[in-house]
Amino acid sequence: MSIKIEHLNYVYSQGTAYEKQALKDICLEIPHGEFVGIIGHTGSGKSTLIQHLNGLIRATSGALYYNGENIYEENYNLRALRSQVGLVFQYPEHQLFEIDVLTDVCFGPKNQGLPKEECEKRALEALKLVGLKEKYYKSSPFELSGGQKRRVAIAGVLAMRPKVLVLDEPTAGLDPKGRDDILDQIAYLHRESDLTVVLVSHSMEDIAKYADRLIVMNHGEVQYNDSPKNVFAHYRELEKMGLAAPQVTYIMHELKEKGLSVDADATTVKEAADSIMNALAGASSAKGGAGND
Amino acid sequence: MGKMVQTDDLIFEYAKCDEEGNVTGSYRAIDKVNLDIEQGQFIAILGHNGSGKSTLAKHMNAILLPTGGTMWVGGRDTKDPNELWNVRQSAGMVFQNPDNQIIGTVVEEDVGFGLENLGVPTADIWKRVEESLKAVGMIEYRHHSPNKLSGGQKQRVAIAGVIAMRPKCIVLDEPTAMLDPNGRKEVLRTVQELRKQENITVILITHYMEEVIDADKVFVMDHGHVVMEGTPKEVFSQVDTLKSYRLDVPQVTILADELRKRGLDIPAGILRKEELVKAICQLK
Repeated sequence: MSIKIEHLNYVYSQGTAYEKQALKDICLEIPHGEFVGIIGHTGSGKSTLIQHLNGLIRATSGALYYNGENIYEENYNLRALRSQVGLVFQYPEHQLFEIDVLTDVCFGPKNQGLPKEECEKRALEALKLVGLKEKYYKSSPFELSGGQKRRVAIAGVLAMRPKVLVLDEPTAGLDPKGRDDILDQIAYLHRESDLTVVLVSHSMEDIAKYADRLIVMNHGEVQYNDSPKNVFAHYRELEKMGLAAPQVTYIMHELKEKGLSVDADATTVKEAADSIMNALAGASSAKGGAGND
Repeated sequence: MGKMVQTDDLIFEYAKCDEEGNVTGSYRAIDKVNLDIEQGQFIAILGHNGSGKSTLAKHMNAILLPTGGTMWVGGRDTKDPNELWNVRQSAGMVFQNPDNQIIGTVVEEDVGFGLENLGVPTADIWKRVEESLKAVGMIEYRHHSPNKLSGGQKQRVAIAGVIAMRPKCIVLDEPTAMLDPNGRKEVLRTVQELRKQENITVILITHYMEEVIDADKVFVMDHGHVVMEGTPKEVFSQVDTLKSYRLDVPQVTILADELRKRGLDIPAGILRKEELVKAICQLK
C-alpha cells in the first residue's frame, strides 16, 4: 500500500490554553514496499505523525491517502484500514494480557471476525515469522524475557496480516543481540512478505543499516527527507536538533579533514572500512610513485 | 580509599510458584558473585536481558536481600536489619523509566521528598534541594511541574532527588534506555560531573556500549555470573567473546576490528573516535 500525506496539520487541545501545533504542513510520500526510518528528538512530533497513519488521531487539516483514497472522506472504512496498517507502540509487551502466548496472538485476528481455525493458523504463522520457539506457545506471556515478549507483541500485529507495519522504537530497552535479532527479523519480513515498513528509532546506527530512506522530524515539521547517506551528511545540523549521526560518519569526516581521501558519507561499518582501505591504498601508491621518480 | 561495595559468593534465588502459591522450585538469578568496588570508582555493569544485572543492582540498596553469601555496602552487611536505613542512605538508585520515579507536583518538592522521609530539618532540606538541582543543572526548573519536562530532564531530577540524600554511591539501572541521544548525553554528563566533584561512586548498568568507555572497570554478567571484568579497553578488545554474551562493542571498535581483520596495523581495544582517526592517519 502506498501512503501519501498532503499538507497535514495537527493541533492539540485546540481552543484551550494548552493549544499546541504538533504537526505543521507535513507532505510525504511512502511508496509501496519501502523501508522508511523516522528520527527526531523527544517532542518532535514523530509519534504523533505515526498515530495518524492508521487513523488513531485525526488530522486538524490536510489529507492522508492510502492507494489514492483519502482516509478522511466520509465513507472511508477506517476499521478495514486499521487491520491493514499494523502499529507497534513503544514497549508493546505492556499490552500482552492473555493466558498464553498463542491466545494473545490470536486476539487481533479474532477481533477481525475470523473463524477460530483461521485465527490460530495466522497466529502460528506470525509466531514463526518473529522466530519464537514453539515450546513457548503455551507459556504465559509474563514468563518470557523482554526480547521474547516483544516478539510476541509484534506477532500479535503480524497475525492481522497488515500491508504496512509501523514500529515506534521496537528495540528500546533490549540488549544488543535482542536489538539485532528484532531488526533483522523486521528486515526479513520486509523482504519476504511485501510489507511497507515505517521504523521510528533513536539509534542512528540502526537506521543507517536498515532504512532505504530517512525522514527527520523537528518541531513538528519534516526537516529532511532523503537517503540516510544524504541526511547524515548534515550531521552538524542534526546535532543542533538534538540528534546525531552514526559514529562512523564522524570518523570519516575527521579523516577527510586530515587529508585522507575517504568517502565522508559512509554510514555503515562496511562502507567505512571499504572506503578507508581504498583511500590508504591510493595514498601509499601515490607515495610509492613519487619515490620511484 | 575505602571499599564501597563488596560481595562474598553472593547468591540470589527467586522462588517459582504454581497457581495456588505453593513453591515449586527456584531460579538462581545471581550465582556466587564476588565484587570489589572502591569508593569513588566509575563502574559499569553490562549483560543481556535476564543476565542478573538488575537483580545485582537491587542488592546494593537492600531492595533485595541475598539468599546466600553476603553483600556489604560501605562496610555494612545488607542483611542486618539494624543497618537497613544506613545502607539505603549510602546507596541511592535511579531506574530506567523517568515517569515511574517522580512523585512530586513541583520539581523542588520531588527532590526534597527523600529528605523529608529522612527527617532532615526544613531549612536544611531547602539548602540541599538547591545544591542538588544546581549539581544536575536543573535549578531554573525548580518551580516547574515535572510532567512538562523532557525524559532527560526528568532523569536529572530523579538523580537530584538521590544526591540530595548525600549517598556515597549512586546506582543507575539503565537510566538512558528511554531517552533520545540528547537526553542520553545530558544524563551521562551529569553523572560524570557528580563523580568528579563529589567523589560519588557511580555504578552504571547499561546496554549502550558507548556509555561505558570512561569507566574505571567493566563487569560483564551472564546467567548470574560475572564472566568478564577489566578496563573498557581489556573488555572491548574481545569482540567475539562479548558477542557470545549477546553484547556488542561501540561502532568505532567494530570498525577498528574490521580494519585489523583486513590487514591494517591498528592496535586492539580502540574505544574512541580520536584514537582510531590517529591510528589510521599514521598509516598514510
